[in-house]
Amino acid sequence: MPKTMFEKIWEAHVVRETVGQPSLLYIDLHLVHEVTSPQAFEGLRLTGRKVRRPDLTVATMDHNVPTTSRSLPILDQISKKQMEALSDNCKEFGVTLYDIHSKRQGIVHVIGPELGLTQPGLAIVCGDSHTSTHGAFGALAFGIGTSEVEHVLATQCLPQSLPKTMEIRVNGKLGEGVTAKDIILAIIGKIGTDGATGYVVEYTGEAIRALSMEGRMTICNMSIEAGARAGLIAPDEKTFAYIQGKTFAPQHAEWDEAVATWKQLPSDPGAKYDTLVELDASEIAPYVSWGTSPGMVIPITGLVPSPGDYADPADRRAAERALEYMGLDAGVSIQSVALDTVFIGSCTNGRIEDLRAAAGILKGQHVRAGLRALVVPGSVPVKLQAEAEGLDVIFKDAGFDWREAGCSMCLGMNPDILQPGERCASTSNRNFEGRQGKGGRTHLVSPQMAAAASIAGHLVDVREWDKK
Amino acid sequence: MESFTKLTGLAAPLDRVNADTDQIIPKQFLKRIERTGFGQFLFFDWRYEADGTTPNPEFELNQSQYAGAVVLITGKNFGCGSSREHAPWALADYGFKAILAPSYADIFYNNCFKNGILPVVLPEETITMLLERGKTAGYTMTVDLENQTVSDNQGFSQPFEVDAFRRHCLLNGLDDIGLTLQHEPDITAYESKRPLWKRGAVAA
Repeated sequence: MPKTMFEKIWEAHVVRETVGQPSLLYIDLHLVHEVTSPQAFEGLRLTGRKVRRPDLTVATMDHNVPTTSRSLPILDQISKKQMEALSDNCKEFGVTLYDIHSKRQGIVHVIGPELGLTQPGLAIVCGDSHTSTHGAFGALAFGIGTSEVEHVLATQCLPQSLPKTMEIRVNGKLGEGVTAKDIILAIIGKIGTDGATGYVVEYTGEAIRALSMEGRMTICNMSIEAGARAGLIAPDEKTFAYIQGKTFAPQHAEWDEAVATWKQLPSDPGAKYDTLVELDASEIAPYVSWGTSPGMVIPITGLVPSPGDYADPADRRAAERALEYMGLDAGVSIQSVALDTVFIGSCTNGRIEDLRAAAGILKGQHVRAGLRALVVPGSVPVKLQAEAEGLDVIFKDAGFDWREAGCSMCLGMNPDILQPGERCASTSNRNFEGRQGKGGRTHLVSPQMAAAASIAGHLVDVREWDKK
Repeated sequence: MESFTKLTGLAAPLDRVNADTDQIIPKQFLKRIERTGFGQFLFFDWRYEADGTTPNPEFELNQSQYAGAVVLITGKNFGCGSSREHAPWALADYGFKAILAPSYADIFYNNCFKNGILPVVLPEETITMLLERGKTAGYTMTVDLENQTVSDNQGFSQPFEVDAFRRHCLLNGLDDIGLTLQHEPDITAYESKRPLWKRGAVAA
């Protein structure tokens, strides 16, 4: 019987099956960060358990870290304590840690692929919902809670119930100025933030195949915003080329063996998914979120919707609340909305290609007077690469702050936050109330759109901007 | 793990859809390294005025009739967003031991069971009715996991579905790490068959 890629990976990781119970899956890679791990390590200490496979466990610091100079002391004492706890735990349990002074430090979902740790066919977990990012390589990757972090640390396994499968097929070609970010925002807008709950999604189709690995990571990253357990894209020559030569990639004879295995992963012709969703890439415009949920999106050419547009009374009330929180009136052009801040970064759009795209728009331009703009590279290697290419100079000349790597203003756990009422065009993944700072207003966009908006001082259609 | 068998007590309505984990427990409280003490921060940005100390009179749960509530009735896709287990820690510490909603985000749903909270899935129209009934002072509900029923003090009673294994673990408060460790020989056997190139963080 033909199998989907997901089924192949799942079956290859079943350690044990018992009727009436979840399957026990083996985990090939466990990524750890400072926020969701301290209680898990504490649990190990309380029960006298060890980390079963420190060699398959890798930790970094990303959520809390300041993005100002690494030579400065960390002023937030509670953040500092959490980072110290991770250092102590990694030392005690023998786990590799890339701390804030490491040349490999960065957002956990940026460094996994960068180090060659993320490989096709692996089962990858992390106490972070955006673990779905790694699915871009054809890995089964999903976020877990702290109790499950402890479970994986202790056993290298996780009991899991079989999810359903959804194929999201993106046919055709993307237009100029339209990116992976716009595809995924369009998908979430179409199926809703719970549209893929209970499913593992496989993204297929011409537009997906045409994307770079960075673009594929952007797509898989936001699978969780559609409610999906995980999102996958079949590996191909682009995938192999990305991995080859990376620090922890297989080498020599092992490389050939690995690639031969990876080539068996893509879904077989005729494999059945439980659900199919189709989109036409040529119809996707640059997207922007207007509300407080990632499903509240419109094309940049659109108008802010009215609560009356929603059939469900609960959705109508949510739209009313969102309009009020966002300080927007129904029916206005989203392009008329003025901005205070532009943030480029995050595990969604903080990779080198994202910075190149934004710098391409910003070259020789300057951000609007009075607007705060910051670029936070996803990792130290991304930062160094960008500096080698001179991108930092373009950003700085344009009036952007050029920062150290971390999650930063995506969730504002470090000092990079919005003030109440401030409005931000952000390349991150969540526009929840208060996400970037209490009372802050977030508009999710692509790096190109963020860059163009920083120059204009309001949201603009980057496709027309290019022509100006 | 904490067990859950049967619960009777005050129910409080939170008539919102897609209440995300950033609302349940905002990020500034994720820096603690303990599992305890999160209840004081539950729904913080909704619960308090901008000064962070004055209770927001508009927020449903601040009404005195809901003090001591143990059942939370709410809209679809509850707990969407981040994987933070601080969300169920905060709910449980505040006093909520059962949640009734039409649907939940996957990771949050999982996390509840690990913390002695029973998330019950009920049809949307039932939730709409319960949200309405919840406005009555002294509205009391019983959530019975053993018999898989939800009922109230106004004559409502309805069965609910829950995965048999999750039910078993929650009823008995089982330590699921302990359960997995019982299969140590299977894990070792699996590991012996893993290809050498799956080295993780060890360079070849």
